[in-house]
Amino acid sequence: MSDTPLSRRALITRGVVGVAGLAAASRAVGAAERHLVHPVSAHDPSLSATVGRVTRGSIDPMAFLEHFEYGTISRLPDGRTLREYRINAVDREIEVAPGVMYPAWTYNGQVPGPTLRATEGDLVRVEFTNAGTHAHTMHFHGIHAARMDGVYEVVHPGQSFTYEFTAKPAGLQVYHCHAVPLKRHIAKGLYGTFIIDPRVPRPPAREMVMVLNGFDTNFDGSNEVYAANTIPFAYHHQPIPVKKGELQRIYMVNILEFDLINSMHMHGNFFTLYRTGSVQPSEFTDTVMFCQGERHILEFTYEDTGQFMFHAHQSEFAELGWMGVFNVVDGEATA
Amino acid sequence: MTTRQWPWGLLPLALLAGLVVLVTQTGLLDRLRGDFPPVEQLTVTRTVLSPEQITLHLVNGGPDPVTVAQVVVDEAFWAFTIEPSNTVPRLGRATITIPYPWVEYEAHNVMLLTSTGLTFEHEIPLAVATPTTAGSLGVFTMIGVYVGVLPVVIGLLFLPLLRRLSREWFEFMLALTAGLLIFLGVDALHEAIELSAEVAPAFQGVPLVLLGVMGTWLLLQMVAGPRTRVEGAAGRFSVAWLVALGIGLHNFGEGLAIGSAYAVGEAALGAFLVVGFMLHNTTEGIAIVAPVAQDRPRIGTLLGMGALAGIPTIFGAWLGGTAFSPLMASLFLAIGVGAIVQVVVALFRMFGCAGQGVWRPSTAGGVLAGLVVMYVTGLLVA
Repeated sequence: MSDTPLSRRALITRGVVGVAGLAAASRAVGAAERHLVHPVSAHDPSLSATVGRVTRGSIDPMAFLEHFEYGTISRLPDGRTLREYRINAVDREIEVAPGVMYPAWTYNGQVPGPTLRATEGDLVRVEFTNAGTHAHTMHFHGIHAARMDGVYEVVHPGQSFTYEFTAKPAGLQVYHCHAVPLKRHIAKGLYGTFIIDPRVPRPPAREMVMVLNGFDTNFDGSNEVYAANTIPFAYHHQPIPVKKGELQRIYMVNILEFDLINSMHMHGNFFTLYRTGSVQPSEFTDTVMFCQGERHILEFTYEDTGQFMFHAHQSEFAELGWMGVFNVVDGEATA
Repeated sequence: MTTRQWPWGLLPLALLAGLVVLVTQTGLLDRLRGDFPPVEQLTVTRTVLSPEQITLHLVNGGPDPVTVAQVVVDEAFWAFTIEPSNTVPRLGRATITIPYPWVEYEAHNVMLLTSTGLTFEHEIPLAVATPTTAGSLGVFTMIGVYVGVLPVVIGLLFLPLLRRLSREWFEFMLALTAGLLIFLGVDALHEAIELSAEVAPAFQGVPLVLLGVMGTWLLLQMVAGPRTRVEGAAGRFSVAWLVALGIGLHNFGEGLAIGSAYAVGEAALGAFLVVGFMLHNTTEGIAIVAPVAQDRPRIGTLLGMGALAGIPTIFGAWLGGTAFSPLMASLFLAIGVGAIVQVVVALFRMFGCAGQGVWRPSTAGGVLAGLVVMYVTGLLVA
């Protein structure tokens, strides 16, 4: 088109197409939650996302973001804290992009599984029941006995197994199914975050958990959908409210299958990185790479209000759903 | 068959109807189908690129309805609208409009993600704006005139030469015509079958080509066949008109292919290509006049034959450039092949008239020469 002189007719046509494009775009995106101005061209950032909203997902991404399961707490004779959790593996169809259903395998009916949280030195007891159709296990990252490792003690459908270990070391761990074939069992949704708080608590902060995952909806060995917390563009369609000046802490776990690496890039800010949830900061950066199974704690504070994007710096992953926005506001933040 | 015989056909028909009701209404069908997920099949029949917009025309050629949930362009989820509905019924159609800043002369990939998570990919190998009807009819008319009308008319001008030939050389020219047409027919059939691979499975590309070829041939055989068997000039004129019609139908398909290739930017119609087509198609003019070379046809008749053979190229180019679909193109190419088959059969009957069998040095050599001429001129358009 560049070498074609713009005739009067072409200009008129272009105008009509522009209006039609605008109408189509606003219908597609919906005016509701997005903060962006009405699309005026095909370059409008709001066009680059899924169309519609997930209504049959297994989690509410806003609720999941800040929800931690501390278990049923009791005191042992030796004074230690016992935390008991019940986890069931169940098959469930979940919506992984608006209108796209996926036959997931889940812990407690949700993907990611519940975010389990304990303090270093606690006795953790997880009663695991396999209510699914394939054999599953729970394999926790951490330091524990071999028989509690969830690899060779295969739990067949209808069977149960109780995992018991002392929560250590302090940091950000992950749990996932280790039944074979391993890749399929993880990819289909059997994973979750396991936080072990240090005995000396971290400074007070607003805390969030983000599990970086994806879904291979056509089972061709590559992901069609990427996300932080399962639902693509969830925090883009509904930005995460952040209070200006308040310390933010993200527990970020990469459990993506098929793609060797993932990443997190934050706009307009830098974060302090605590590798594997260590208490020692290791980096001050705005982009960090995650291998499969890698997880880090990110701490940051926004000193300016406005919309700040965060996403994988693999642009492909970002445009296929792993992208969100922090909406930094003055004073009390509300969703 | 009298009316009293018809009822005998009713019993098996009634039984068949009963069986259909039994299978569909009693749940037997569900048991046959089992608990398998639906079979999904979507085919993009046409892509339209306009400023900052990609429009895809789809057909569901599979056995089950398909719901398009999301659209991914170049590995990015993208806003889109789909008309009339996200769910495309069996054999139904839909149009997807995507406001997308596509890049001229570069490749793009559109992937449709269905409600079951299946994906259908569509390549745009070279993005150029799809010509709008009003803006480009002139260009397509020019293409049609240069590669269709003018070469055929020039070919007609071989008439005075043909008239002065001895009987053997005239037979040679008739046989040459048959060779040209056989080459054209095989070439077009190949193209039709190749294109039919892109047709939605429900529309059965190759059987459709067969239907086009056989249908056209048999129809022409039935309608025009008897006239070509008339002895003398009247029969020869009928053959000439049929040759013109057959070539016309063929050129329509050829125009369709050229127009669509031009429209999607696949064919840079350089001077060389146009010249090649001109040489190639000039031979078609010879084919038309050869049967009537000794009959002193009037100028008006000749022009009529030339128009019948050449002008369809223009219409084909228009249609191909503005509303191309693989289904339509392979069907029209097949129709052209059917017409050619009919003409070749009529020509062979003309060789036989001499009473010395069909294959003499003049006829066999002529057919062979026709094939060689087409092959050599075909090199120019490759």
